[in-house]
Amino acid sequence: MKKIIILFAFMFVVNACNSGGGDGANDSTPLPNNTPLGQASVVDDVSAKNILQVAIGSKDHTTLVAAVQAAQIEHVLVNAGPLTVFAPTNAAFDALPEGTVETLLKPENKSKLAFILTNHAAPGSFNQAALKKEARKGRKIYTAAGDYLEVVVEGETITVGGAKILGTIQTSNGVINVVDKIILPAEK
Amino acid sequence: MKLSFKYITLLTMLAISYGLTSCGGGDSKSGALNSSAAEKVFVAPGEHDEFYAFISGGFSGQLAVYGLPSGRLFKVIPVFSVDGEKAYGFNEETKPMLETSYGSIPWDDSHHPDISQTNGELDGRWVFINANNTPRIARISLSTFETEEIIEIPNSAGNHSSSFVTENTEYVIAGTRFSIPIPQKDISIDEYKGNFKGALSFVSVDPEEGHMEVAFQILMPGFNYDLTHPGRGKSHGWMFFSTYNTEEANTLLEVNASQNDKDFIAAINWKKAEEYIKAGKFKTMPAKYAHNLYDESTHSATSTMMKSVKVLDPSELPGLVYFLPTPKSPHGCDVDPSGEYIVGSGKLAASLTVHSFTKMLKAIEDKKFDGEAYGIPILNFDAVNAGTVVQPGLGPLHTEFDGKGNAYTTFFISSEVVKWQLGTWKVLDRKPTYYSVGHLMIPGGNSRKPFGKYLLAMNKITKDRYLPTGPEVCQSAQLYDITGEKMELLLDFPTIGEPHYAAGCPADLLKPNSKKIYRLEDNNHPYVTKTEKETKVVRKGKDVHIYMTMIRSHFAPDNIEGVKVGDRVYFHVTNLEQDYDVPHGIAVIGANTSELLIMPGQTETFVWEPKQVGVWPFYCTDFCSALHQEMQGYVRVSPRNSNRALKWSLDGE
Repeated sequence: MKKIIILFAFMFVVNACNSGGGDGANDSTPLPNNTPLGQASVVDDVSAKNILQVAIGSKDHTTLVAAVQAAQIEHVLVNAGPLTVFAPTNAAFDALPEGTVETLLKPENKSKLAFILTNHAAPGSFNQAALKKEARKGRKIYTAAGDYLEVVVEGETITVGGAKILGTIQTSNGVINVVDKIILPAEK
Repeated sequence: MKLSFKYITLLTMLAISYGLTSCGGGDSKSGALNSSAAEKVFVAPGEHDEFYAFISGGFSGQLAVYGLPSGRLFKVIPVFSVDGEKAYGFNEETKPMLETSYGSIPWDDSHHPDISQTNGELDGRWVFINANNTPRIARISLSTFETEEIIEIPNSAGNHSSSFVTENTEYVIAGTRFSIPIPQKDISIDEYKGNFKGALSFVSVDPEEGHMEVAFQILMPGFNYDLTHPGRGKSHGWMFFSTYNTEEANTLLEVNASQNDKDFIAAINWKKAEEYIKAGKFKTMPAKYAHNLYDESTHSATSTMMKSVKVLDPSELPGLVYFLPTPKSPHGCDVDPSGEYIVGSGKLAASLTVHSFTKMLKAIEDKKFDGEAYGIPILNFDAVNAGTVVQPGLGPLHTEFDGKGNAYTTFFISSEVVKWQLGTWKVLDRKPTYYSVGHLMIPGGNSRKPFGKYLLAMNKITKDRYLPTGPEVCQSAQLYDITGEKMELLLDFPTIGEPHYAAGCPADLLKPNSKKIYRLEDNNHPYVTKTEKETKVVRKGKDVHIYMTMIRSHFAPDNIEGVKVGDRVYFHVTNLEQDYDVPHGIAVIGANTSELLIMPGQTETFVWEPKQVGVWPFYCTDFCSALHQEMQGYVRVSPRNSNRALKWSLDGE
């Protein structure tokens, strides 16, 4: 009983010593943990929306957003970029063999998922006009996963790495091209 | 085991007292700072400071933005000096900001920042700061943190007693340290006495836009006007100026201006001045002074030369000015939050003199005058004196208040801050500074509502405080916790230039208003380019105007041909980004000016006069993005007699 009281009193003192700290200083939390999502933690309702914010606001991309969150690569999509994201719709994910998405979303597959997702991102800003120019000049899109994707234009249809562009959205840090297929990285 | 309540209490108290000694004591041998102090100034990574501090850059001419309690530097706002980093004074848009009646001036000496007020409390709209050398006052926006306006002060020289605001920001004040012939003329310096005058200027501030105008000047006797503070509360409507050199010496002032036992604090009834102006009792004097205004919508400044000023002569206008005798060359002239006490810090006096506003009004009513100076009544010292802080230290300079009945005065010679009590005039505490402190600042210090948590002492001498950097070392500032009975030194940090004074306010007052981006749709710059499609290059004789855009990660256009040696090439560059903290920069080889650093939605212009034939690169100077190193372009420069037509492109289009 006595020991408990002394311990209690001692804890009180220790607490008193710490109480003067800055509002973010808390001994129980490691310091870098106050922004776990990196730049994705930034609150900014003034700037034009970035790729992540646009994706989160799209009802056709809930699976993509869930996958990005499971892979913990949100910060990549809010980075200064510039970045072009080929964003598969929910239907594109649904078209994968049954169980694929569920398997990829498992924590132990985090790095594999991240690798697949980064194959849908390319440095640079490629809207449809720029993609047509890529096709015309025979230039390929180099993805963040290291693949070169061919751009094919047939009439008004543009495909990148075999995925058809369904629409394009300009964002503050790059371009989102909505696509109808998952662009799996080439086997190496 | 049975434990009595007393025993528990005793144990707890023992433990607490142990704790106090081990973490709160100031007697550690490890130096002035202890772990408790470290915790008090520690702002964890990603967290924000509790206060903003706007610390004058002194002879740098600028204003620095720090956080308290951490002492971290966030921004140096260019005000009176050119700044190549931000293109201030180098780009075409801001060049007019540095115009004066003497032409363009690239430097000044900035002194006393003060934040705008409403009802005697900080309102966080603007911060003002004065230029001492070529007299000017600047207004800085506290949403963009950029200088928006600079007005020159005519008939003034050494604009030291400036730029303090009245309690509804009706006026921002400019005194004159040096008296001069008004108007200026070619006379012998020996004719100083009686012929030189000191102009005290009342610069009105538009309550909506903040635009400044020299409303009127009071032409005072040829003393030196050192510092000033507004009355507040009951003394609102009055302004108090310290004076020295009432001897009117014009040489070896260190001796000749220290002869009189007492100089004056000049009490100006500016409400009365307004009545006299309204009644037409002013003279309009020809004058020449620049008024420079930056327009956020055009992202450009204009300079207008003003031609006249209204002046009031206090010798002919009763009730306008009274002199309060104050011992030995008073420097600081500070008014407590209630507006009752006016503290005069006689630089050479052994004691601090405090005057009473209530007694002053009574003395005026009872005509308790001890003569006059140039037609201005001198009030009887005992009739106005509230009290004296006896021998508090050596070389008193400035006083601030905590809003809890205490005053804090700096002492230059004895290198200390002294806490004393208003009313009893008793010294309560003293703490050394390192070294030779000048001004001090308590956030909200020049207002009815100080935030009495921290005190910042700004020192003149640094010597061995930091790692040495050759003969020239930075100036030091020290932060004290003033929440307790005794002051506690918390932190020591370096400052830019010489910090003459600072203004502080709670961070929450400004944070929500800080602008993130400029809206592209609101950009009314005459050379704005809002889309890449509209980019072009236009020749008008020898002037070539490039309408250029920048976005991650390219310029449009980035290949330009048809420029010739001897052309004046204007790069009008618009940052198309609408994303917070994505500025782009631009610089071209051989340009005789600075880079541009352009914020999202903003347009800036620099001029390049190519002198040699060739192909010359330009590039983005701010690491903007992953493809920043790819953000570049070329200009082909042909001989003067070339017939090459202008041509511009991006990726061949």
